[in-house]
Amino acid sequence: MTVVDESGTNQVLRREEALLRVDRVQKYFPITGGGVLKRKVGDVRAVEEISFDIVPGETLGIVGESGCGKSTAGRTIMKLLDPTGGTIEFEGRDITNLDRRAMVPLRREMQMIFQDPYSSLNPRHTVGGIISAPFKVQGVKPARGVQAEVQDLMARVGLNPEHFNRYPNEFSGGQRQRIGIARAIALRPKLIVCDEPVSALDVSIQAQVVNLLEDLQDEFRLAYVFIAHDLSVVRHISDRIAVMYLGRIMEIADAEKIYSSPRHPYTHALTSAVPLPDPKAERSRERILLKGDLPSPINPPSGCVFRTRCPKAQQRCADEIPLLRELAPGHYGACHFPEEKHLIPV
Amino acid sequence: MSAAATTTAESVADRGTDPFLKVEDLRVQFPTEDGVVSAVDGVSFSVQKGKTLAIVGESGSGKSVTSQAIMGLVNRKTATMTGEVRLDGEELVSARPEQVRSLRGKRMAMIFQDPLSSLHPFYSIGKQLTEAIRVHQDVSKAAALKQSTEMLARVGIPSPERRVNDYPHNLSGGMRQRVMIAMALLNDPELLIADEPTTALDVTVQAQILDLLRDLQKEFGTAIVLITHDLGVVADMADDVVVMYGGRIVERGGIDDIYYRPEMPYTWGLLGSVPRMDVNRSERLEPIPGQPPSLIRLPKGCVFRPRCPYHELVPGDRCDTERPDLLPVSPDHAVRCHIEPAQRREIAIERLGAQVEAAPDARATTGMEDK
Repeated sequence: MTVVDESGTNQVLRREEALLRVDRVQKYFPITGGGVLKRKVGDVRAVEEISFDIVPGETLGIVGESGCGKSTAGRTIMKLLDPTGGTIEFEGRDITNLDRRAMVPLRREMQMIFQDPYSSLNPRHTVGGIISAPFKVQGVKPARGVQAEVQDLMARVGLNPEHFNRYPNEFSGGQRQRIGIARAIALRPKLIVCDEPVSALDVSIQAQVVNLLEDLQDEFRLAYVFIAHDLSVVRHISDRIAVMYLGRIMEIADAEKIYSSPRHPYTHALTSAVPLPDPKAERSRERILLKGDLPSPINPPSGCVFRTRCPKAQQRCADEIPLLRELAPGHYGACHFPEEKHLIPV
Repeated sequence: MSAAATTTAESVADRGTDPFLKVEDLRVQFPTEDGVVSAVDGVSFSVQKGKTLAIVGESGSGKSVTSQAIMGLVNRKTATMTGEVRLDGEELVSARPEQVRSLRGKRMAMIFQDPLSSLHPFYSIGKQLTEAIRVHQDVSKAAALKQSTEMLARVGIPSPERRVNDYPHNLSGGMRQRVMIAMALLNDPELLIADEPTTALDVTVQAQILDLLRDLQKEFGTAIVLITHDLGVVADMADDVVVMYGGRIVERGGIDDIYYRPEMPYTWGLLGSVPRMDVNRSERLEPIPGQPPSLIRLPKGCVFRPRCPYHELVPGDRCDTERPDLLPVSPDHAVRCHIEPAQRREIAIERLGAQVEAAPDARATTGMEDK
């Protein structure tokens, strides 16, 4: 029996100047039975009541393992998927129920960068065509002409502007990701959702792209939602980090705090599992091994979704869903028995 | 919680005995329409039983082709292969394919990166495992199935009696990787080659799998060749490290040599490129500029020259015209670079600062001991 205190809701940081505010957003995918009627037999609960806000120039990292709902969360925020519940506000305006056409002007303000630099660029379009597409779609005519603008953008992201007539297959993975970035920043958006932007790249190239994203943020005061499974990269680039597990936010705090003093047992296990590129530090540290596999999001565990793998789980965890609450200033965790402060000295 | 780091003393002691795997001047070339691709060019290293050698490099560095060459998986119709691969003294490059096949799966086994494409989707886990046993051992199906079930339990698969009837698609990614490891270990191989064994997995599952490999190595004394691009995994697992770039070894050494006394500009670049969980967040990453080279049109001099920020330190145009040799700087540590060793050490300390200086057995003290 799952009991939720009706009066209680997740506590979250709410800032006046928020660019984007996500409030108890849910995304369910219906599962339909066989047969002609396609009756709905259940839901995949991909995203369950997530709430956060982002201020201009800030980077919010979303981390979690495969199947935790981080990519669905990113797509739902972008309204590429329609949320099942909750509200999304952009610059104070409720955009939750806007249809595709009503979203078009907003696409100038919010853009996306995808993981796979191979399938996210049309192989039949030239690089110039790809980067200038946002101008066409939005009917924007830059004062100096589209081509000059595109070449400026290419130079800005570190591509040779003379290559604007080439096709994507003539570029390496890192360069293609730069093309995707040039397209995303073409209309000077305020928010970019980056879904695993560097995971397909080699380490040396990964660092180039991370540095580029940081420089562009400083220059245009961009806000990023940075979705990735690599905790070291997310920690490096983010101001705040939300840790997701089975569709829910388990913990959200400043990037530094997520590593130095994780309060949720899942965050603790996750951070302890990331190997450090330093043999002495790596071999001397304590690692928390999680048992078992991720439960199914179709039929998640009662109470706390992490309890089936949590080393600290007790009866209360099965009975009662833990809500996000403020454990320290700006540090929110959803756990009945949060970890003590300062587990790992920095 | 992991095996103690190898000390220099231990590695020195090891050099007396014959290594279990010895690769000598290995070359693999693929002729293509655009020219000859030298995927592996004069690679030499060795691994002792019970030890782990990590091969580190980016895409196109030749690390995967090296492992396929050891396992005899390079297609001789499309590639030429020269050099020596000695497995417990037995030479494999010139051996007949049947001879290599009889060793593969028995004395040496491989774990691939992607378990979904390496397991057959049509056959149950049990069938695939028992086949692997019965190819090399003369046992009944029932006995082989019992052995398979035991191995699945050993690699941490819950209720293995039921799992043997499952098909690969019934299992999660971590479970599939365990099945792959179980399959590789069935015939107690003495050499295990793991090609990016955890790259497709989540970190918490990766931690489980690496733990498992370490336990099995302790138990069976397996020699492991670990191929990866993840410097964190290397720091966790390896005794010795080979850094590859453009089909060549550019630096080779004990784990501490590579992390605390690196001397090759490419190794510095790799170490500077990875964000670390345990250092100040505001530190900017130092990526390696440019792109990895095309293996068809390799630079004439040092293969790393086009991306190397330090080539001006070498007088004349040696970096452009002369391929540097892999020269030893200490008994276990060799570097391929024209820059003067003393100057390299200075740059390493300047670039990687804390990490290099933090090494408790810094070069100065080691030098004293040697005297």
